[in-house]
Amino acid sequence: MIHVVVLLLGVCFGIILTNAEVISWFRIQEMFRFDAFHMYGVIGSAIAVGALSMLLLRKLKARSLNGDPIVVERKQMGKGTVYGGLLFGIGWALTGACPGPLYALVGNGYGAFLVALLSAIGGAWVYGLVREKLPH
Amino acid sequence: MDLFSSFWPWYVAGPLIGLYVPVLYLLLNKHFGVSSTFRDICAAALRPAAPYFKYNWKANSWRLVFVGGVVLGGLLARGTLATPAIGQISDHTLAALSSLGVRDFSRLIPGDLFSFSSLLTLRGFLLIVGGGFLVGFGTRYADGCTSGHTIHGIATFQRASIVATLCFFAGGLLSSYVLLPLILSL
Repeated sequence: MIHVVVLLLGVCFGIILTNAEVISWFRIQEMFRFDAFHMYGVIGSAIAVGALSMLLLRKLKARSLNGDPIVVERKQMGKGTVYGGLLFGIGWALTGACPGPLYALVGNGYGAFLVALLSAIGGAWVYGLVREKLPH
Repeated sequence: MDLFSSFWPWYVAGPLIGLYVPVLYLLLNKHFGVSSTFRDICAAALRPAAPYFKYNWKANSWRLVFVGGVVLGGLLARGTLATPAIGQISDHTLAALSSLGVRDFSRLIPGDLFSFSSLLTLRGFLLIVGGGFLVGFGTRYADGCTSGHTIHGIATFQRASIVATLCFFAGGLLSSYVLLPLILSL
């Protein structure tokens, strides 16, 4: 049952990314060239709404659906945050797509992005193989 | 159906995306994030021997259902969006890209760079395969992407996510101003 809700959330996410042109290669180029506010508005207001609602949940001591207290995932800071972040940024501007839009572009029928998505999965696979040898 | 066939401004799309952070915690007690599915797909489909892939991916199967939904959402939006055309992109950006050699400005994606036939050209290969590889490798190395770090991580006030986001942008700027012009000149 919960998976049906999650599937619908995913469907809505795909529609949002498409209709707001977040999946547009041109929108990403425009963002990195500081030529329009659109993408900054999308990301900035998403962070603001996310932060305010998480503060509200904490204030209300809200619990997850199964009754457990909400536990926020902590991201570890390390060299990987910097090196990995830079590498992802380079790829983001080249493909014009971060992971969410990669999936949405495949749904939109842009066939070349199926190849880009498979390549991203390949990138994760190579990362897993060489992980021990990388600075973290 | 006007709502679905029109362009959604940032103040509609952004807040909706932001709500995914509390909604996923309330529903599943899980954090919003997309790039971890690359690892899940490797673990589930390729079954690599590396320790990085030895974990119970089935415990996070909701993530695969979610991205399956994103593909489906793209498919549905494609059918309803009145103008899958390029939209209102800044003239300054269009002129800059045009001078770099981009020719197709008819859709959300320049078809002269991103198509099956362009895969056979060096620049198409570097953009599609090279760019895609860096997205997968980089997000796993950084332990998150625009959703997991930039939106979820900053919304929960995490230092690592602020650093990661600054690095995403630094990489993107390097790419836009140095690498992309280089690749497009090939």
